[in-house]
Amino acid sequence: MKQEIFVLIEHLQGRVTDISYLMLAAARGITEKLDGNVVALLLGHNQRALANDLAADRILYFDHPDLAHFTPGAYQRVIGSLIEENKPRLALFGDTSIGVEVAGPLSARLNLPLVSYCKSLQVENNAIKFTSQICGGKLMAEGELPSPTALVTMIPGAYKAEQGRSVTPGVVVQASVPQLDKHPVRFLQYIEPETGDVDITKEALLISVGRGIQSQDNLEIIQELADALGGVVCASRPVVDQGWLPATRLVGKSGKRVKPKVYLALGISGATEHVEAITDSEVIIAVNTDPLAPIFNLAKYGATVDLLDLVPALTEAVKQATVKA
Amino acid sequence: MAVNPVTQRPTFNEIFYTSLQKLPDGERVRACLQCGTCSGVCPFGYLMDYPPSKMIAALRAGMFDRVMKTDKVWMCVSCYACTNSCPAQIPLTAGLMTRTKEELLLAGNVPVELQDALENTQRYGNPMGESPRKRAAWARGIEPSVKIMSQINRPIDVLWFVGDYASFHPRVQLSSRALARIFNLLGVDFGILGHEENSDGDSQRLAGERGLFELLVDKNSKAFQKYQFNQIVTADPHAFNALKNEYPKLGVNYPVQHYTQYLSAKLDLLRPLLRHEIKARITYHDPCYLGRANGIYQPPRQLLQAIPGVELVEMPHSAVNSLCCGGGGGGMWLEGYQWEQAHARLSEWRVREAVAIGADILAVACTYEIPRFEDAVKMVQKASRLVIRDISELLLESIGE
Amino acid sequence: MNLIVAIKLVPDLVEELKINEEGNFLDLESLRLRVNEFDEHALEQAILLKERGAGRVIVIALDGEGVEDALFTAAAKGADQVIKLTGNTMPLVSNHTLARWLAPVIKSLQPSLVLTGVQAHNDLDGPLGPLLAEYLDLPYVGYVAKATMKDGEVEIRKEYPGGLAAEMEIDLPAVLGIQAAEQPPRYIAFSRIRQAMKTVQLEERQIPDPFIEEPIAIARLFQPEIGERAEIISGDVDEIAARLVDIFTDLDLL
Repeated sequence: MKQEIFVLIEHLQGRVTDISYLMLAAARGITEKLDGNVVALLLGHNQRALANDLAADRILYFDHPDLAHFTPGAYQRVIGSLIEENKPRLALFGDTSIGVEVAGPLSARLNLPLVSYCKSLQVENNAIKFTSQICGGKLMAEGELPSPTALVTMIPGAYKAEQGRSVTPGVVVQASVPQLDKHPVRFLQYIEPETGDVDITKEALLISVGRGIQSQDNLEIIQELADALGGVVCASRPVVDQGWLPATRLVGKSGKRVKPKVYLALGISGATEHVEAITDSEVIIAVNTDPLAPIFNLAKYGATVDLLDLVPALTEAVKQATVKA
Repeated sequence: MAVNPVTQRPTFNEIFYTSLQKLPDGERVRACLQCGTCSGVCPFGYLMDYPPSKMIAALRAGMFDRVMKTDKVWMCVSCYACTNSCPAQIPLTAGLMTRTKEELLLAGNVPVELQDALENTQRYGNPMGESPRKRAAWARGIEPSVKIMSQINRPIDVLWFVGDYASFHPRVQLSSRALARIFNLLGVDFGILGHEENSDGDSQRLAGERGLFELLVDKNSKAFQKYQFNQIVTADPHAFNALKNEYPKLGVNYPVQHYTQYLSAKLDLLRPLLRHEIKARITYHDPCYLGRANGIYQPPRQLLQAIPGVELVEMPHSAVNSLCCGGGGGGMWLEGYQWEQAHARLSEWRVREAVAIGADILAVACTYEIPRFEDAVKMVQKASRLVIRDISELLLESIGE
Repeated sequence: MNLIVAIKLVPDLVEELKINEEGNFLDLESLRLRVNEFDEHALEQAILLKERGAGRVIVIALDGEGVEDALFTAAAKGADQVIKLTGNTMPLVSNHTLARWLAPVIKSLQPSLVLTGVQAHNDLDGPLGPLLAEYLDLPYVGYVAKATMKDGEVEIRKEYPGGLAAEMEIDLPAVLGIQAAEQPPRYIAFSRIRQAMKTVQLEERQIPDPFIEEPIAIARLFQPEIGERAEIISGDVDEIAARLVDIFTDLDLL
């Protein structure tokens, strides 16, 4: 009996999100070892084209005007009845603003176990194991995914998006949409991100600051370093929440996913919501006074000095090196 | 005083003025001559919308709520320059400035950095937010080992109250280690509280957190009561000030000395150990809480003069006129805010003075100062040669251990 | 209207996390707890709504180390009622279990809006909000960064990646998972907390049904391997700066 792994495809503003491809890659990793099928679930309206590069065995496409934008009610209804009918081995969701709102309620509603913060899935002795990253990245939890059906929300870090893309996507089947009743949650409109600022997702060198910056005023020295290096300043959530940098510079789960050549993380501890957005960086260099900060698990190089001491010295050294060149 | 004509309920102004006068010597505020010396001598007075004398003027005019609307009071570093110069001897620092900050705090008008330091103090017993269990980590590896009170079962002579920065700041830890080794060499029977020690709370008190201060006094007092010791010695002048002057007001009374007082009383034993020359021009910075606030000027100088080779020189602003490093009264936790307002750091002023008199070494005796002055040295152009050392570090160097 | 805030105590990451002997859970002896940071945002958002006239704020938390401090602090910040849920033998339980325990108590408080943090770092079985909503039979929206009460509805701003957001409206009663309050959690002077400790009545309610949902079995809990960690550059700041300049040069940045 083929085991099915459902993957909820997330899309925003006409693009499939990276986490969707990562999950397809994770699912493929399982079905290759166990006899299984990767079934991608795409919900939308006149958006069938989004299925074009999904690496899945089968793609179920649900089209309905009420699915034009994500709303928890409609998505839960569609996915919920699908899971009830088909009883897949696993259903994978992004640990995101979309995925959690489907997986969480369905876990309680259908009484199915849910594992969160999952970074990777492995097959061992015919059982499916999860590895989750919790406590701000300081701890890893491993275990077996319960049978017969388990829900999983996934975070980036162990798979590459390319592994979930395919030029020969799976068979697309238009599936019937169950009755979608009026739901207490209604989508009104999108609020576009601010434009006019530099697009950090396109930058090759990012100098990122976190809590360790301590005050808005210290951004001056960071900007000097960025200027000397020809890079762009960005930040983790605490800095943007304070209003010290605009939201366009936010790197993280609810900010931007970046893929620079070099990501200089200053005073950033490495909490999951932040690092999941930087896993595509080529080289991460971290400066944090806490030698146990999780960022050092991801960084290639690190220093445990105070960034406020290092940055002026580094700016000076960079300027001198540039002069010599 | 302005009295609300409609309801006869006391105004905020009245309540504040009354509460001020209830503080020790607080009634002297009525004798203010409006001479303005306090505002003039205040290092950041020029930036405040209402420097001390104007605050009193506003109070008298029933307009103190205007003062409450500004945030410039957070420029005050509780350096005691105003209190020291007031001809009417009004308790400006401990009374007026602290009470105003208390009101600002109650109203939620608090710069974020300060908020973090205060919340960390409440949760972890130190403003840095470090784990209290690591409070004695600085002492590892010293032989003979530094005794932690909860691990030894006997009375000791000296309880060393280490303090926050001396425990946790990597640079200041070096001076703590130096002092520990000096104590060992002199055969001092001492111990530390380790994780049972909480912040002394003095800077938090002066930053307006009276409630938090009382909590810390309570916690430290419970720790003190568990053990038997003859006296407390501390390298932290803020802790010294608290333990000497504030804790007794809450019923916690122990003999306390700053380490420079303790060691200078033992100079007969110490001097023979100071074998190696330190051939340098050294100038000593009087910390506000040892000097101006508590009148201790000679013992640190005696220690420095006991080191062979030392040429002790005085900066123009020395002893009672010493320039604050900017760390007191919450200043340690208002760096960003104060820089935004002033674009000048008090610590840099001080470093410039040291450089101007040709000092090789700026000697300090306060645990806040080493990192502040070392940072300042990096920012002041001609200061790259200036070395910052705690007196304990210089003594140890001369001992040659 | 009643605005209920559910706050959770989670492992304090400032302290070193020790793993138990079996290697499958945290060592409870050395564990220190603190309020989940996102729950502090949820509380702040609730207080802001109250200040704008939305109603009363009721805060509820499961018994654990520091829960009374947390509840009195909430009261000092403006919560009208604070409730401690008692009867648990462990300080940490799965969110499925916690949601089951909280739901009947919250239901009895006749909520118009329930707010909780969008997630906590120890949510191995998913965040609390969606589960709680389900057991309360209420709609849930998470990643909320702004909330405005309107007649019988709440209008919210839901955050998506990349700075995108969506405006949604939700019929009350509903559950919100707060990502960020409209302003950072306010500071409260300790004297006010102490005042609250003296004057505020902390209510206790027993867990109605101590049934514990089978948690996700953890086979192994461990700290990420040292081998995977960064190459730490040593020396003083100038030496580190010099090495970094070398690295930058090798990477063709300079």
